[in-house]
Amino acid sequence: MSSTVNQINDLTQQEYKWGFITSIDEDRLPPGLNEEIVRAISVKKGEPEFMMEWRLKAYRYWAQLEQKHAEPTWANVKYPPIDYQALSYYSAPKQKKELKSLDEVDPEILDTYAKLGIPLHEQKLLAGVAVDAVFDSVSVATTFKAKLAEAGVIFCSFSEAVKNHPELVKKYLGSVVPVTDNFFAALNSAVFSDGSFVYVPKGIRCPMELSTYFRINAQNTGQFERTLIIADEGASVSYLEGCTAPIRDENQLHAAVVELIAHDNATIKYSTVQNWYPGDKEGKGGIYNFVTKRGKALGKNSKISWTQVETGSAITWKYPSCILQGDNSVGEFYSVALTNNYQQADTGTKMIHIGKNTKSTVVSKGISAGHGQNTYRGMVKILKGATGARNYTQCDSLLIGDKCGAHTFPYIEVKNASARMEHEASTSKIGEDQIFYLQQRGISKEEAVSMIINGFCKAVFKELPMEFAVEAQKLLSISLEGSVG
Amino acid sequence: MSLLEIKNLHASVNGNEILKGIDLTVNPGEVHSIMGPNGSGKSTLAQVLARRESYEVTGGSITFDGKDLLEMKPENAASEGLFMAFQYPVEIPGISNAYFLRAALNSIRKHRGLDELDAIDFLPLLKEKMRLLEMDERFLNRPVNEGFSGGEKKRNEIVQMAVLEPKLAVLDETDSGLDIDALKIVAKGVNAMRNKDRSMILVTHYQRLLDYIVPDFVHVLVNGRIVKSGGPELALELEEKGYSWTEPELAGKR
Repeated sequence: MSSTVNQINDLTQQEYKWGFITSIDEDRLPPGLNEEIVRAISVKKGEPEFMMEWRLKAYRYWAQLEQKHAEPTWANVKYPPIDYQALSYYSAPKQKKELKSLDEVDPEILDTYAKLGIPLHEQKLLAGVAVDAVFDSVSVATTFKAKLAEAGVIFCSFSEAVKNHPELVKKYLGSVVPVTDNFFAALNSAVFSDGSFVYVPKGIRCPMELSTYFRINAQNTGQFERTLIIADEGASVSYLEGCTAPIRDENQLHAAVVELIAHDNATIKYSTVQNWYPGDKEGKGGIYNFVTKRGKALGKNSKISWTQVETGSAITWKYPSCILQGDNSVGEFYSVALTNNYQQADTGTKMIHIGKNTKSTVVSKGISAGHGQNTYRGMVKILKGATGARNYTQCDSLLIGDKCGAHTFPYIEVKNASARMEHEASTSKIGEDQIFYLQQRGISKEEAVSMIINGFCKAVFKELPMEFAVEAQKLLSISLEGSVG
Repeated sequence: MSLLEIKNLHASVNGNEILKGIDLTVNPGEVHSIMGPNGSGKSTLAQVLARRESYEVTGGSITFDGKDLLEMKPENAASEGLFMAFQYPVEIPGISNAYFLRAALNSIRKHRGLDELDAIDFLPLLKEKMRLLEMDERFLNRPVNEGFSGGEKKRNEIVQMAVLEPKLAVLDETDSGLDIDALKIVAKGVNAMRNKDRSMILVTHYQRLLDYIVPDFVHVLVNGRIVKSGGPELALELEEKGYSWTEPELAGKR
């Protein structure tokens, strides 16, 4: 058995394949955070007054938390204190003028996407995917707007939304994750530079999958994305988010906020493949990923579905949640989280049942290898008025090797006796007997491990859009390569 | 030329010597049965042939189809045409039987320089073999062995053997846990695969299996050594007298 463990360890020693740095002139603010910086960000972005006020309100809340050192400490992760005054809060590739086509985009940026295998050009149209590429903090290219506009769908950078659709931004921004929600959400609200905005009007089924690729590039720059997606009555949309980031020696802070709002009979599906730089084999470097993602199933019969495949980041702190407010609304959370080497993940979901006959499903698959620590933290809350609420939770952990850890913290709070709750959990080690069985049928050890892990994650992968599912399977294999020799 | 040539094989598990000098020659098309009491080393021999790492070979040699088997990893031995039907088939959750078996067949075909089969070519082949073992088509998409009954698992092993068409099949206690009807089905599947080129080693505790799959040779393994070899009649003799008569030292204990 010990030789198998060693070989599995070898397989998990796969280097991060997408580590490279693009050199581009940056427009950057000096390090540190105060009201002046917040104002400067707002001015640089040419925002209306209400946005600056909103940012300042968030900043003031965050500042008093920071003064009290009230950064959340309840998560099962360890990292040295972050000096927020040493970070720079704004950086954008320098661009003089508005861009009309891809030809005008800095070829180095396009080259970076090519290395990542992100086809920004016509292939995407054939694949039916519109891409809003966020490079660092400012969107540099948006495609297929015309087709979306035809359907009445607004899909643009957050900055553009603030300029062109201020009434929608004003109405919905902070309506799911208020500025005072938590330390990192407040920080994001104060300094967020850009992100994506989606509005799908009444009765419209979004004609294509929407996807945004985020990428951290500038050194010493916190990255603060803001995403807001609204599906109006009877609308539906599927949004894909995928990330990779280049190798860096120091840690980089990433604190995104995503808000989803689904009105009556609307559906929002949000899928993520997260592959930020995880740090090296000794645990040096890597991204700190402190994300607040929440969806409000506001209307009756609305549905919000989160699917995530988290393989990157040194630290992941992330709980995509659903507030099931509308009667008969549905919340789903499907998650694969992999921690290898010295990665730490504390991730899960909150399902808050408010409306009648609300239903939620939670499927979490945690994989730990190397010295990785993987924590599932989930809360299911049935409020008093949520008559007929139902929840099903399945929470499985898979261990590879004998130095990693899996932890589970499920919280269940039921205030309505008619609720039906199911919770299943398992922890297992990848078996030498399973690997040998597959080998005896001619399958190599690496393929065997990959197959066993993909089987373990199947319930989640099948929720991903097809092309993402393939990518996610590859990503898991790559992330674990070397853990079996 | 013989297909399998085992010479003075010694093997240990966790430092305990289990096989203490095995000699065995299997020619193409021959069916050999290895019988013996519990703990005699039958399953160890099967695992060593399949190249399981935790079974350490401490001496001797094994030549398979002209090549040194002890130099091979399990997947290489499989690709060279060695198949083992497991005594306890393993469950692989989330991976369908059809997907798994196509991946296995294609690994082996690739090793042999053959084109890989796509699902359209593969499925009819798999369905045909499943019919032979009287397995319902719903097993195609069920995860490998998950939720299968003991008998279904054993039949599934033989389906795999039929698809992979090995040169040498090692059946490790395939009869254990089978009721008589399932045993007949398994035997029918195995017999259908017998031909002049394919060899088999049946590892079994009981004579019962040999009523349905009649071997060419029977070997009695006791305490890590082959103590007696003969034809099928030897199995009947064992059934009648037990194992004790085959070795004086055992006889003394009874």
